[in-house]
Amino acid sequence: MKFIKQLIALATVALAFNAHAAAPASANEAPDVLVKRISQDVIDTAKADKAIQAGDTKKVIDLVETKILPYVDFQRMTALAAGRFWRDATPDQQKALTEQFRALLVFTYSGALSQVKDQTIEFKPLRAAADDTEVEVRSQVNMPRGEPIPLNYRVAKGPQGWKIYDINVLGAWLVETYKGTFASEISKGGMDGLIKALTEKNKKLASKPLNTNAPKK
Amino acid sequence: MIRTAKPFRQAALALGVTMMLAGCAGPNPRDPYEGFNRAMFSFNDTVDTYALKPVATVYKNVTPSFVQTGVSNFFGNLGDAWTAVNQFLQGNGEAGMSDLSRFALNSTLGIVGLFDIASEAGLPKHKEDFGQTLGVWGVQSGPYLMLPLLGPSTVRDTAALPLDIAGDIWRYKEPVYIRNIGTGLRVVDQRAALLDASSLLEDAALDRYEFIRDGFLQRRESQIHPDGDGPMRKPAKDDDMETSAPVSSESATKELNSGTPAAKPDSQ
Repeated sequence: MKFIKQLIALATVALAFNAHAAAPASANEAPDVLVKRISQDVIDTAKADKAIQAGDTKKVIDLVETKILPYVDFQRMTALAAGRFWRDATPDQQKALTEQFRALLVFTYSGALSQVKDQTIEFKPLRAAADDTEVEVRSQVNMPRGEPIPLNYRVAKGPQGWKIYDINVLGAWLVETYKGTFASEISKGGMDGLIKALTEKNKKLASKPLNTNAPKK
Repeated sequence: MIRTAKPFRQAALALGVTMMLAGCAGPNPRDPYEGFNRAMFSFNDTVDTYALKPVATVYKNVTPSFVQTGVSNFFGNLGDAWTAVNQFLQGNGEAGMSDLSRFALNSTLGIVGLFDIASEAGLPKHKEDFGQTLGVWGVQSGPYLMLPLLGPSTVRDTAALPLDIAGDIWRYKEPVYIRNIGTGLRVVDQRAALLDASSLLEDAALDRYEFIRDGFLQRRESQIHPDGDGPMRKPAKDDDMETSAPVSSESATKELNSGTPAAKPDSQ
């Protein structure tokens, strides 16, 4: 009996140690483990923080910047959403577009995050070979009522380890959804027109509080 | 007289709608009726802004949350029966049995569906309609269609709508005034559940019409092919616009997939 107790204690310590060790060494982490760790971390923080739930814009954006952004490849995301127009753009335009797109996604994601309350995330088994460099991590958000929301990630392995470059909510890929918008803005006012439209949108979002529909409880 | 005039009026209306649709071909191949759809979209938006959304906001803020849960469970449970029928039509026997069990369990132990005890018992809720069934049977979605009051749809899903309406149990509720009150409550409750999502959508979209359209079409496709075997799920594939690009679509796709040279350095 004593032996088993010791074993359990040891295992717990090892587990705790692993959890700590995993945080900086994300390069050799499996993609689904990475996504799971980030989302758990973010959700736990969001659930525990009253300021975030109240819609404190600065705090939410802070959380997104520190916990999520290091694992997202915005440049690739933007390049994919811009499609063929990406290659025609100057490096300056590419940089500006990436920055503005990134800002928009941070605002949107922060808005979504401030609505997290009773949801739990459930991950599905990863279907990928060990040497795959592009995988899809699939999960679902279980809501207190109603159908679960599918939430999938496309993750690619690069020099800095795994990075997310596309997200699927409710069956729609983010990049694919923005692609049409980007193309039609570009057809109206060129690449600069798109950058301008995004910049204006972000300005508007920056001056508006998050979570305007916060439930009054 | 009135009775004979009615079919004519309907035919004339249908003809008028068809002509309107044909008259406004847009540039997007999946949305040839963009002009009509945008008009409907702004009509729906106006109705929403001035009628539905304010009512739903009050409902959400005033009604105790257990009442809201009860309302949405009650109508959700009625919907489960039609979902089960569609599961069987699609050949998903297992999921169909699960949805049937949900309906049986929630209708009885869950007190006419007010409590969703089946979800807690490990039977997750699904949602299948006849448009999805047609999709599984191989019917293409056809162009995007924005329906008045009902919102985004496709030609296929619109054709399936009469059956979905007939499959709605609440439709047969007597007396009629209870049915009408219930239908109103259901609409308000569903809108209330979407309040947060719709405010998010406003933040995320440059052009809300396009954003909803492109998201909706993908979502429908994924509901019909949940495992990603649908034609829409190819990642990072350049579409028809590739024709005017200087490089062939093949190399472009490859380039994007491997990350453009400019995309290599870390964005952080």
